[in-house]
Amino acid sequence: MGLFILRRLGVMILTALCLTFVVFWLTNLYPNLEKLAKTQGNFRMSDEAVESYLGKNGYLQPMPVKFGQWLGVLPGWTVESEGVTTGKCFGADTPEDERRSFCGVLQGDWGFSTVFKDEVGTIVSTRLGLTGKLMFFVMLVMVPMALIVGVLAGMREGSKLDRSLSTFSIASTATPEYVSGVIFIAVFASSAFGLKWFKGSATSAMESVSFENFTLPVVTIALYGMGYIARMTRASMTEVMTAQYIRTARLKGVKFSDIVLKHALRNALIAPFTVIMLQFPWLLNGVVIVETLFNYKGFGWLLVQAASNNDIELLLAVSVVSVIVVLVTQLISDIGYVYLNPRIRIA
Amino acid sequence: MEELSWGGILARIFIQLGPVWISLIVLFTVSMTYKRRLGLYGKLFDSTIGMIGFALVMFWVFVGVFGGPLDMLVTHDPLSQVSGMKNKIPGTPMRGAEEGEYAWFLLGGDNLARDVFSRLIKGAWVVVQIAPIATLFAFMVGITLGLPAGYYGGRLDTVLSFLANLILAFPVILLFYLLVTPEIVLTGIPNYMALFLFVFPLVFVCILLNSRYYTQPKVRTPLLIGVLGGLGWLYLSLVSTDGSVVATPTYSIPGIPAFLDLFDIDPGILVVFVSVVFVNSPTVFRIVRGLALDIKTRDYVAAAQTRGEGPWYIMLWEILPNARGPLIVDFCLRIGYTTILLGTLGFFGLGLESESPDWGSTINAGRRLLALYPHAAIAPALALLTLVLGLNLLADGLREESLRD
Repeated sequence: MGLFILRRLGVMILTALCLTFVVFWLTNLYPNLEKLAKTQGNFRMSDEAVESYLGKNGYLQPMPVKFGQWLGVLPGWTVESEGVTTGKCFGADTPEDERRSFCGVLQGDWGFSTVFKDEVGTIVSTRLGLTGKLMFFVMLVMVPMALIVGVLAGMREGSKLDRSLSTFSIASTATPEYVSGVIFIAVFASSAFGLKWFKGSATSAMESVSFENFTLPVVTIALYGMGYIARMTRASMTEVMTAQYIRTARLKGVKFSDIVLKHALRNALIAPFTVIMLQFPWLLNGVVIVETLFNYKGFGWLLVQAASNNDIELLLAVSVVSVIVVLVTQLISDIGYVYLNPRIRIA
Repeated sequence: MEELSWGGILARIFIQLGPVWISLIVLFTVSMTYKRRLGLYGKLFDSTIGMIGFALVMFWVFVGVFGGPLDMLVTHDPLSQVSGMKNKIPGTPMRGAEEGEYAWFLLGGDNLARDVFSRLIKGAWVVVQIAPIATLFAFMVGITLGLPAGYYGGRLDTVLSFLANLILAFPVILLFYLLVTPEIVLTGIPNYMALFLFVFPLVFVCILLNSRYYTQPKVRTPLLIGVLGGLGWLYLSLVSTDGSVVATPTYSIPGIPAFLDLFDIDPGILVVFVSVVFVNSPTVFRIVRGLALDIKTRDYVAAAQTRGEGPWYIMLWEILPNARGPLIVDFCLRIGYTTILLGTLGFFGLGLESESPDWGSTINAGRRLLALYPHAAIAPALALLTLVLGLNLLADGLREESLRD
């Protein structure tokens, strides 16, 4: 088991390195840098001005060198022009002896956002906190609902209840967030239907969460993820319900509710656990859409801002975080699966 | 001319969609009559869920085909703006309608005073055109790489699986943002990806035919030359625009000259297409690899190996046909997922031009005025919902029927 986790961790780090390099490469392509220079300077910059801006800020070095500097395994660049030395790790006014030579992710230095004019580390952590709040409520709504729907549908396969709940789960997987969100806002928050129960924007939820401003975004994300988990739960529940020991219990005359709750449920919940963990990457997508739609300035909103403005260091930090979230949940789901299911042993 | 009531709107939409209903009825009567002779497709008509799903899917297919290339169902031009129709509610009579013009905006006007109903129908064509073809390409890539990965295993499998997991670990939206921006299009990266991804159908068909007929060179050689020539021409027309395959400001790689070019793909659509195929193929790869791992232990595979068949024959003519059930089901689901992805791209305003009538872009344009005029965003949202729901129900029906025997 220890070796298995170690090997998985190794592959994980390799994957994360490859992916960040891809992001790094794509964001550092010349047209992107040119756009960056023009948004930082002015839009009517000449080609020479762009060149000199990029050179002064260390963008024109070879790609692997830049990547090494960002990682913190190569010393940061320094440029001397007109007697003033500036570098990646210090400004012109930093005293000589306080100038560091290495400053990268490994040193805990995530860089500086060109759009928000702030340290990337602090921006990402505040935004992650806000999204964490959203995700907490999503999980709170989604997981119990999905499990209840799945278990109810799966306990009597082919019954009316099963048919209707299954159709409901199919419908919920077929409704992407931007569709359900739009419909919810139109029905519950617009003047056209006159219901106005909730708010169509979650901006105020960043300060204080209330039933009125947070219901719609939470339900929108939860609904799309729910259907899939419910279907998996249903499948594993129907499988368990046909097992021999359930039949024995029924023939013994155990009450049906006791069979479902005491005998079947525990075994039926192994598969959904993995699925819930693997849902995280999809939830991340949902978060981006919902935060854009409801104007909730969390991590997903940050991703859109960073990507559409080509804010290189912020975008890199965002992708590192999201890739790590995906990989860690995959690892947890693998370990949890082995742990929950004693029939699987990994040497 | 007065405003239409909801009943009037629905009745007029029903009449306007006349050709679609006729085709649906014809299709269903013919299929129901001959369902015993139609294999899996015929069995679909034994399951209610499958039939509902199929009806929903075919409804949008017919709407797309009649509305798009045949230009039938639309009431107004989807791009022209009519003064005085901005944000008008459904059923508003068109101001200053002339003789021969349709007198109402059936589903109202959007924020640029265009007819929502006509845009909805033109948008269906964008989806019906791109989603199945993109899914098909993703399947070609996934099958061509997944079969050997599962069959041979070993180092090839490790490398390919690592690459697939690499793409899968990327958040889809981030990938779209990185690939589908004008700056990246300038560097020609999408064109290189198109060159790479679109070659897979060619490779697939080539191996498929060669492995079957290589014992009969007299059949094989002309067949391969004919098929490869045709497909190669299509491939070159697909990837080259204005006589070059990759055109960046600094250099260009020449393709086939313009007079041989059969069709030109709009660069925006090409980028969208490529990124959707790119995102979908690793999942297909994983499914095919899993199926190949399972099926290669069967007796008929061992029999074929003993007979001395080549590995590609076994993969494509023994394993693949036996994996068709799950693959067909997944194909339906994946078209739905691709539709969702296309909508996501439109929703973030990536790829297609902002005036394009596709559903995602329309939802994006309409969501800013959602609190006041929801109709412009709701119509495409419901359209997308019903199409994806139809595909999911169809997949469910197919799965049920294919498990039955």
